[in-house]
Amino acid sequence: MQIAPDRIEETAKELYLRALRDLPPDIKRGFATLAARETGTTAKAVLGTMIENIAVAERTNNLLCQDTGIPIYNVTIGRGAEVDGVALTAAIRRGCERATREAPLRSSIVHPLTRKNDHTSCGIAVPVIRIEFSDAFDGLKIEMIPKGSGSENNSWLKMAIPAEGVDAIRTFVIDCVLGAGGRTCPPTIVGVGIGGTADLCVHLAKVAATRPLGSHCADPDGAALETQLSEAVNLLGIGPQGLGGDSTAFGVHVEIAATHITMNPVAVNMQCHSARRASAVLGAEGVEYGY
Amino acid sequence: MAQHDFAMPVTEAQVRALAVDDTVTLNGTLFGIRDATQIALFDHGRTTRFDLAGHAVIHTAPNVKRVAPSPENPAGYAPICVGTTTSARMERFTRPLMANHGVRIVIGKGGLGAESASAFRELGGVYLAIIGGAAALETTWIEAIDDVDLDDLNPESLWKFRVRGFGPLRVAMDSHGASLYAAVDAEARAKRAAALAALGVGSRR
Repeated sequence: MQIAPDRIEETAKELYLRALRDLPPDIKRGFATLAARETGTTAKAVLGTMIENIAVAERTNNLLCQDTGIPIYNVTIGRGAEVDGVALTAAIRRGCERATREAPLRSSIVHPLTRKNDHTSCGIAVPVIRIEFSDAFDGLKIEMIPKGSGSENNSWLKMAIPAEGVDAIRTFVIDCVLGAGGRTCPPTIVGVGIGGTADLCVHLAKVAATRPLGSHCADPDGAALETQLSEAVNLLGIGPQGLGGDSTAFGVHVEIAATHITMNPVAVNMQCHSARRASAVLGAEGVEYGY
Repeated sequence: MAQHDFAMPVTEAQVRALAVDDTVTLNGTLFGIRDATQIALFDHGRTTRFDLAGHAVIHTAPNVKRVAPSPENPAGYAPICVGTTTSARMERFTRPLMANHGVRIVIGKGGLGAESASAFRELGGVYLAIIGGAAALETTWIEAIDDVDLDDLNPESLWKFRVRGFGPLRVAMDSHGASLYAAVDAEARAKRAAALAALGVGSRR
């Protein structure tokens, strides 16, 4: 099936706006879970304000958070989808720019040296567009993530060595969460990438941080580590907004890749409590929106 | 743990009367500043026509819409979504904001560090914690954008908001040297060993 660029452009625009306004149901459930078991008085109040904000955003059709983020589009080309790759990326860029101009949204994107803002949410290599392939569905899937900077500014890579073992990974994650404190807008999803090359490791951490709550690492050893780390980070007492409490993280997500015999890389990337994302699947004719 | 309602601007005595865990609600004027605003003021020698003495500043760069100037939108901007950014990046600007411009209150998320705590103690200031990411709610406390300066830095302009019932916000750092962030950080670091033990670190397995 041919998927025309104008449909991709419209979908890319719509996804940015949906992601900014409508928090996915798994994150809302995550809030309910944390609020039910939180024991700190201040922390309960902070979580209550966050939950109230979700309702206000829905009622007033407003953005959940002022941070329009760095726009990320994850494209998965499924069974039978025929697209012109260059036209696809250009269409996504146009959709991102139109969302910014037409809403209007704050463009959070600047040139890294001149700090010039073109007010389009676009710049060199931004929006970030990643393209993968899948035989699990028919059509073209686009996931949009407006990645907030408060959490993104707390990203780390450690090229640990084999002699340091898995302990290096466990210790690193705990120290990253400690170092971030309240600056990441906790409760967070702590994304941990393990293995690969340096760049793949950081990418895996981003994939982990932006995965739906309740999903698990496909690798059983990775999934076991996820469970251990999720319990451990919530022993630290940093709490929502770093004001103290049990709810430091919704959870820790782990993604892994094979690595070199000399290497033991670990990366951490965090997602803030406004863990926004939206997705759509374009078929032969229609488009189905989800999270 | 008292609640205070402030009509801005405030005096040093009003700010020195605040203690950590008190709550504050602001009415009247609130100024919005951000990284680029303060780099312009303190590194590039830019000046502002606004008088910030006794006022509160919030770490923000809002989503706004250009409109025709009117009594409702005097600056030609309608607020769309006004939220708060991470304060820690702007740590080095707290003291000059207070010493050069007379700012008394900094509002942000995630807290400020030891240098800001010293400035609050020596010059008489506080940090109020707003809930980061709760921008839709925060926007309902903004009545209008009354004025804007340094607008070539948009969205990191120097914004003059008119607010009503802005809060309640928790006093997280006061003028007596107390900081909720420093306290939570110290407690969390004391729990590091227990968290690592729970993970079996050190057992070499």
